[in-house]
Amino acid sequence: MLRITLVRSSLLILRYVILGFLCIIVISPVMTAFLGSVRTTNEFLSRPFGFPEGAWNFEFYLDILRSNSFWRFMGNSLIITSFTMVLNVVLACMLAFAFSRLRFRGRTFAFNVLSFGLLFPLTVAILPIFIQIRQFGLIDSYWGVILPLVAFGLPQSTIILRSFFIAIPNELEDAAYVDGCTTFGFFRYILLPMARPAITAVAVIQIIGAWNEYFLPILVLNKDVYWPLPLGIMQFQGQFGTDWSRVMAYVTLLIIPAIIFYVFAEKYIVTGLTGGELKG
Amino acid sequence: MSLANTRNLSEVKVDEATQIRREKRNNAIRKWLTVGIFLLPGMLVFIVFVLSPIAQTAVYSFYDWDGLGPLTNYQEFKNYERLFEHSAFIKSVQNTLVIMVLSLVIQLPIALMIALLVARGQLPGRKFFRAMLFIPYVFSEVITAIIWLYVLHPKDGLVNTVFTSLVPGYQNVAWTSDPNVILYSVFAVLVWKYFGFYMILYMASIQGVPKDLEEAARMDGAGEIGVLRYVTIPLIGPTIRLTIYLSVLGAIQQFVIVQILTTGGGINNSGSVIGTYLYKYGLQRFKLGYGSSIAVVLFLFTFVFSILYQRFVMSRDYQDD
Repeated sequence: MLRITLVRSSLLILRYVILGFLCIIVISPVMTAFLGSVRTTNEFLSRPFGFPEGAWNFEFYLDILRSNSFWRFMGNSLIITSFTMVLNVVLACMLAFAFSRLRFRGRTFAFNVLSFGLLFPLTVAILPIFIQIRQFGLIDSYWGVILPLVAFGLPQSTIILRSFFIAIPNELEDAAYVDGCTTFGFFRYILLPMARPAITAVAVIQIIGAWNEYFLPILVLNKDVYWPLPLGIMQFQGQFGTDWSRVMAYVTLLIIPAIIFYVFAEKYIVTGLTGGELKG
Repeated sequence: MSLANTRNLSEVKVDEATQIRREKRNNAIRKWLTVGIFLLPGMLVFIVFVLSPIAQTAVYSFYDWDGLGPLTNYQEFKNYERLFEHSAFIKSVQNTLVIMVLSLVIQLPIALMIALLVARGQLPGRKFFRAMLFIPYVFSEVITAIIWLYVLHPKDGLVNTVFTSLVPGYQNVAWTSDPNVILYSVFAVLVWKYFGFYMILYMASIQGVPKDLEEAARMDGAGEIGVLRYVTIPLIGPTIRLTIYLSVLGAIQQFVIVQILTTGGGINNSGSVIGTYLYKYGLQRFKLGYGSSIAVVLFLFTFVFSILYQRFVMSRDYQDD
């Protein structure tokens, strides 16, 4: 009995050691970025890693936070992300409702056409999108980024929502109609509130995608007044070799909100990606 | 229907029949109106911004076109011929395939092992480990690439510093420019960014494996390896097949991380992948016709792979749909 307990606990300790080591590998690049940002450029050149010897230097952070451009990038990111998320969620909810609750000829076909979109992620289709956006005269417009992001997110969002909508029992729908509920009423007042966790999950996944998008804005937004945060890093271009500390301060400023968001949203990300299978 | 018919036959006057017919038609109109309201806005956005651009690419790929003015310079299949004769393209395809294969034989097994380590049995702090290991998923690709450019810095990046202190006589490696290692550096960064995603999928699936099946196997004298080999792994088969699919598609899609980490493909395209090739030779030089032919080749590959894989490998996992 004692032997079994010993074996068990030493196995557990082994697991902790391996997992701890993995966590260090995952986190150390991020820590390195942060530690790189709080030293002066001189100290950085002589001793690039470990904790700074002198006082921590937050000068780069203050510089960035005092600059107008940082807050403008932030504003642009907020505009692009919120519009993309809202439009995507609204349209995906409606599509998912049609594909799960309404009966009509051609339903399977339409759903297959939409699912077909999963095969063409934005990166792969970037060239045709760029041409299309230019034909619509949407270069240097937020819409040139928002609309393609919404469109390319629709297949995934719709598929996730549809699987949740299907799971809502038919009896509920019948009962609602017997009580005089219209199709729209059922959708708005019964289905949507019940699917709130799934909708949040879809919204969270869209927020992450839009907030992080780099390729599309770099092609569509030529003027830096429209740039979102990820493109802001380009203002340090050409300074890479010499001004890593400043770049790392900027990187850290982008990572902090991402981590805070992650702490609150992790549950929903996991729900969205695994179809609600993974419990805490 | 039958009710309406019987009534028609037995009692009723003609105008009542027309009224029923009209009612039916109104119902049909109302139904299609509802369907249209729910379906059209989303499908319209999807068709205008996903399907139609993709269909147009197929047309552009037969022209020499700088993106301005009308399509006049018809090329037949010349863009495609040039593409397959271009050594840089061949190299990019090879590199993409290397990343794809490495993802399948290294990244997925690592993710699976970690998932098994985190998800099974008693593990106080499970949620903490899951959250820590999954975190790179929320970082943008730009941030990821720039952090790693710094960590892999040829002179005093973290990786070189660590190796110098651990391995006697270690010579610094130029991780992001040396043509011999550049592709493996790219792969390592991709693993760091994405293994957590696969781990999460595996964990969800592992939790769905009935505990009593594993217990029964143990009762029959199976060791821990035997339980994994004959019970757990086969039961999460559908998820493994799904991750193989996602991983292959993911390898084809890489662009931002590779572009930044290798500064546009590296020396002699040593770190170039299909995505960076498309950017360099299609977009940057405004050879939109040529670029379109690259996009078409990509689409065809993805499409054929998806059809075949879903038809022959994943079909048994989705019998109910």
